[in-house]
Amino acid sequence: MENSDLSTSSSPSSFKHPGQIHNRLRKFKDQAARHIIAFGGISVIITIVLIFFYLLYVVLPMFIGADIHPVARYKTDSDAQTLYIAMEEQAEIAMQVTDDGNINFFNTHNGELVNKISLDLSGQDIKSIAASEVDQSLLALGLSNGHARVFKHEYKITFNGDTRVISPFISYPMGEESIELDDSQQVISKIAIQDGEDALVMAVATEDNRLLLVTFTKESSLLDDEVSYEREISELPYPESKINFLLLDKEQSLLYTANEEGHISVYDISDVSEPEIIQTLQASTASETITSFNFLAGDISLLIGTSGGDVSQWFPVRDATGKEKLTRIRSFQTSSGITKIAPEYYRKGFITASDNGEIGIYHTTANRTLLTSSVTDKKITQVAVSPRDNALLLQDEDNQFHFYSVDNEHPEISWSALWSKVWYESYPEADYVWQSSSASNDFEPKFSLVPITFGTIKAAFYAMLIAIPISIMGAIFTAHFMAPRMRSIVKPSIEIMEALPTVILGFLAGLWLAPVLEDNLPGIMTFLLFGPPAILLFAFAWQQLPQQIKLFVPEGWQAALLIPIILIIGYVSFSLSPVIEQTFFGNDIRSWLSNEMGIPFDQRNSLVVGLAMGFAVIPTIFSITEDAIFSVPKHLVNGSLALGATQWQTLVKVVLLTASPGIFSAVMIGFGRAVGETMIVLMATGNTPVMDFSIFQGMRTLSANIAVEIPESEVASTHYRVLFLAALVLFVFTFFFNTIAEVIRQRLRTKYSTL
Amino acid sequence: MSKTIKNWFDSGTPWIWLNAAAVSLSLIMVFGLLIMIAVRGMGHFWPSPVIEFDYTLPGKASQRVVGEINETAEVSLEVLHEAGIEIEYDKPWVTRHLIKTGNRDVLGSDFRWLLAPYMSKQHLPQDIVVLERREWGNFYGYLKSIKQNGQIVSNDTRSWDELTERLNRVEEIQEQIRDIEKHKIGSINYELEQLRLDRRQLELNNNKKPQALNRIKSAEDVFKQQFSELQTELASLYQEINRDQLVAEIMDGKQIEIPLSKIVRAYKPNDMSVLQRTGVYLSRAWEFISDEPREANTEGGIFPAIFGTVMMVIIMSILVTPFGVVTAVYMREYAKQGAVIRIIRIAVNNLAGVPSIVYGIFGLGFFVYFLGGNIDQLFYPEALPAPTFGTPGILWSSLTLAILTVPVVIVATEEGLSRIPRAIREGSLALGATKAETLWRTVLPMATPAMMTGLILAVARAAGEVAPLMLVGVVKLAPSLPLDGDFPFLHLERKFMHLGFHIYDVGFQSPNVEASRPLVYATALLLVIIIIFLNLAAIWIRNNLREKYKALEN
Repeated sequence: MENSDLSTSSSPSSFKHPGQIHNRLRKFKDQAARHIIAFGGISVIITIVLIFFYLLYVVLPMFIGADIHPVARYKTDSDAQTLYIAMEEQAEIAMQVTDDGNINFFNTHNGELVNKISLDLSGQDIKSIAASEVDQSLLALGLSNGHARVFKHEYKITFNGDTRVISPFISYPMGEESIELDDSQQVISKIAIQDGEDALVMAVATEDNRLLLVTFTKESSLLDDEVSYEREISELPYPESKINFLLLDKEQSLLYTANEEGHISVYDISDVSEPEIIQTLQASTASETITSFNFLAGDISLLIGTSGGDVSQWFPVRDATGKEKLTRIRSFQTSSGITKIAPEYYRKGFITASDNGEIGIYHTTANRTLLTSSVTDKKITQVAVSPRDNALLLQDEDNQFHFYSVDNEHPEISWSALWSKVWYESYPEADYVWQSSSASNDFEPKFSLVPITFGTIKAAFYAMLIAIPISIMGAIFTAHFMAPRMRSIVKPSIEIMEALPTVILGFLAGLWLAPVLEDNLPGIMTFLLFGPPAILLFAFAWQQLPQQIKLFVPEGWQAALLIPIILIIGYVSFSLSPVIEQTFFGNDIRSWLSNEMGIPFDQRNSLVVGLAMGFAVIPTIFSITEDAIFSVPKHLVNGSLALGATQWQTLVKVVLLTASPGIFSAVMIGFGRAVGETMIVLMATGNTPVMDFSIFQGMRTLSANIAVEIPESEVASTHYRVLFLAALVLFVFTFFFNTIAEVIRQRLRTKYSTL
Repeated sequence: MSKTIKNWFDSGTPWIWLNAAAVSLSLIMVFGLLIMIAVRGMGHFWPSPVIEFDYTLPGKASQRVVGEINETAEVSLEVLHEAGIEIEYDKPWVTRHLIKTGNRDVLGSDFRWLLAPYMSKQHLPQDIVVLERREWGNFYGYLKSIKQNGQIVSNDTRSWDELTERLNRVEEIQEQIRDIEKHKIGSINYELEQLRLDRRQLELNNNKKPQALNRIKSAEDVFKQQFSELQTELASLYQEINRDQLVAEIMDGKQIEIPLSKIVRAYKPNDMSVLQRTGVYLSRAWEFISDEPREANTEGGIFPAIFGTVMMVIIMSILVTPFGVVTAVYMREYAKQGAVIRIIRIAVNNLAGVPSIVYGIFGLGFFVYFLGGNIDQLFYPEALPAPTFGTPGILWSSLTLAILTVPVVIVATEEGLSRIPRAIREGSLALGATKAETLWRTVLPMATPAMMTGLILAVARAAGEVAPLMLVGVVKLAPSLPLDGDFPFLHLERKFMHLGFHIYDVGFQSPNVEASRPLVYATALLLVIIIIFLNLAAIWIRNNLREKYKALEN
């Protein structure tokens, strides 16, 4: 049956009228058009949605924690006790220093020995080991006869065709021999080393409780590149209790000692001839012992790990008297006793290893626990992180190595890092700071969005302060009182005002308005204060004039009449400006402000931004308000007037009340525009992210911040993603405000149509 | 009296007056701004008189100063005192002038502030000469002699005519040099780069066919041959152009020699009739519109910026019109009018209010790095690691601005569609037309003016938008235009210059802000004129449209 039906419909066309083919073609075209249009329409709508999701897609990785993946697990041939492990840049080769004086370089992926170097210690034992800051890759071994051995682990990269070959080797910057540090040849129980531009400094604690600072001043000969060292030993006062930990910072100015009970001493050694203890303190409670004492990258913060699983960050903070005091800043709690802490190379993060086989990845600035994971049930004795922070090498008490790859791209970001006060290194207290980049490697990025969000709100606030009165009042007059002929001039003028490119407004604000305002500050103040009364005075005087003259300017043309008046008022107040400045402000209002009132004055300040951005926002608010007022149904107005209300009463009691939702939505939309405006703020302020509401200071806004910083941020870096987050914040913010405004407007429209 | 005042306040009249004042203030602001830009922008090209005077600060030697008065301001003695200038004066305020003395190469800076009371013997020297130079800004001085190959050929009153004549010759040679350097050598370099990429492509494909390689090799040889010929030609032209010099005396009495090849324009500002002045004015204005920038954009013209802006806007229009219109038609004519489409409509409306920088950062991340990066991987592997599309360029700028302006087109078109009376659609359908035919034959033609309005508004917005472009393709100085004579003629991956960005860059990033400011005003004026023109056109079309529909409804 179906078949026959089909065959009928597709039977030879001879039965059909030629018009039928034509009709089918038409139908086909109709369908095709329908689909093409639907496809086009929907794809544009999808593109629009894509903006939001793409921003989200870039931002989200910042909030995902770290992840580790086991790569390999193995034992190496050596069963001597490990003193130190480290990895090279690519995390392909690891180095292990053992207590029998061997340095083993092995492949991190399978434990295969690549290179083995046996140090000739001439019968002495290694009693201590220390590493310098990471860029130097310098190691010092403290020996039992008061000597030390100093070497560097280095890696040469060659290419064999397309494959990379990494060959590790050892170099001896101070010669292959051991160096005598203690003349009385005591056992060196603790050692610390830092190499600097002018000197290599080592600090040693000996078995017989002496603390020595050994400075090797560098002297390079003129003839060749050889460097010779001049040794100088100074003895420091030994702390009250035995030294278990010894740390020297890379600036070679502070030395920290600690014992297991948590007693810490801080030495100022910046002047080698006069070293002194500047602070002693108790770091841990009685029940816990200190098990790990490290620097965080940058050598400013200390990380102290305890047997109770507590890790705390400390750094020197300048107190009220100007003295630096080591202060506990924040702490992290892990589940079990800490055995080792490995700081990341160039970030303020660190990795903890515990005696129950657990590791944790943390970030100090963000105060964030990125990962805790149990990797073995043995105690972890050694931990090393690769220079790129993307691999982890652990050794447990059975000498088993565990190699992990690490995904930890953006540890610096957390809710608190973005929106709360954070205590940054070297700051006297917790604060909101935006400072995204610096020249140094171990810089602590400060990604607080608070100062720039504050700046955004501040700029928008001052803009609205200027825009709202002018635009709403102007709209009221234009819609309700103005003569139609004048209205037909005013409306397009305001529309032109809206179309003016903001780059022109910004340029004028920055290069013309800012200096003019600076020179005529009293004038502009006079204008703002006395302008309105002067206008009222004029209006009153005008009202008293005889009828013939008043008829000269018909009703609804007041605005035109006032133009010359305002120009005169403006001219008078500006020419009075120097006089006022001289009489009341001692000739220079800027110095008067900063000296007498304590208000700092920037040339490109919020007043400039407020005026320029106010100018940009006025037409937006004006048009929508005017629309809302003008479309209030005429019978309401006429009814009110018929009942004897004056024009003004009708306006306030009837028109404005009816149109108020429209005015509200106009303000919302204007605010949204002010928040997102880029060029004006970029050009009319100094773009410094300060948190000060003063009208005489500048600001940095979210949008200007993006424009300034995105060209120099590395793709997919944390900085890049934070800037995308700023854009997302702007997007969501403006979208939210505009939606409210739009919904209110639509409701108002339905209301009007039912009235 | 007080009763009158009270009554007056009760009547609300004062508030009406204040409201009127708000309108007046807005109008003053708009027109004041436009007038200011117009005056400053247009005044820039007028050859202003050059004055000469003696400047004698008390206790210092007198010096002769020659220059244009650029600005005049009042300054208080105290400010001067703080700046370290001690003077005796009986009034607290001193007038000072900003004098443009030019001759940056000799005097160190173009401008200096001088106090009016110490200026004496001010007059307008008739024979002062202003030279606009390719380097070091303007020159002000007295023409002494003309040299040819170091030999004086004229040192009397005929020198000026001699100079004009020889400058014409220099300009002709300059034209030839430009043609060779810009077009011929530029083309050869472009072709050579294409051949290098072809060769790299062969390598990547492991194609070692000798014919292909030979073909490239021989083509390269031809171009290299042409190149060296052009080089010789250039060398001789340069020798020609450097033949003449002039010697002139500047304000401190020094005589300096300037090669004529460095001179763009010479005129005697104090010895010109109004007609001649107009001539200089027009010539400078024309140079501004048609020439390329000199001296880090602070002098010369802005032709590449105009060209770039227009190109970008055209590409954007080609992208935005069909998509905007199709979306509007879909939303108004095809989609089911329910809650979903209402939400979408609100969303589209709101997108017009989303900050432009958000579009910029989206364009940078999505178009440039994501799309562009992938296009490079797929289609331009031979050029890697140098990006082709994976870097900001005019295509991405146009696309970004298309997304930014698509809501404008959608809203305007939808509004136009909604104004078309139902009766017209129903009439068409009742006569048996399909929906597509109705749309195509009756609805869309009637909505054309609305679409035009939308497009014009979109173009006006795009032309003035700078913030997103800074991220996705605008540069301060583009070496070549996105459209030229080299195949495939339209180079969508190139970076471009833009009027708005030019204002920002020259106004804020240039080392010599004072000297470049007039140029920025002129650029701003041009941009404002374009945008006002577009907007007025949109307003005009819209008003006409309203009339038309009113007529339809009745």
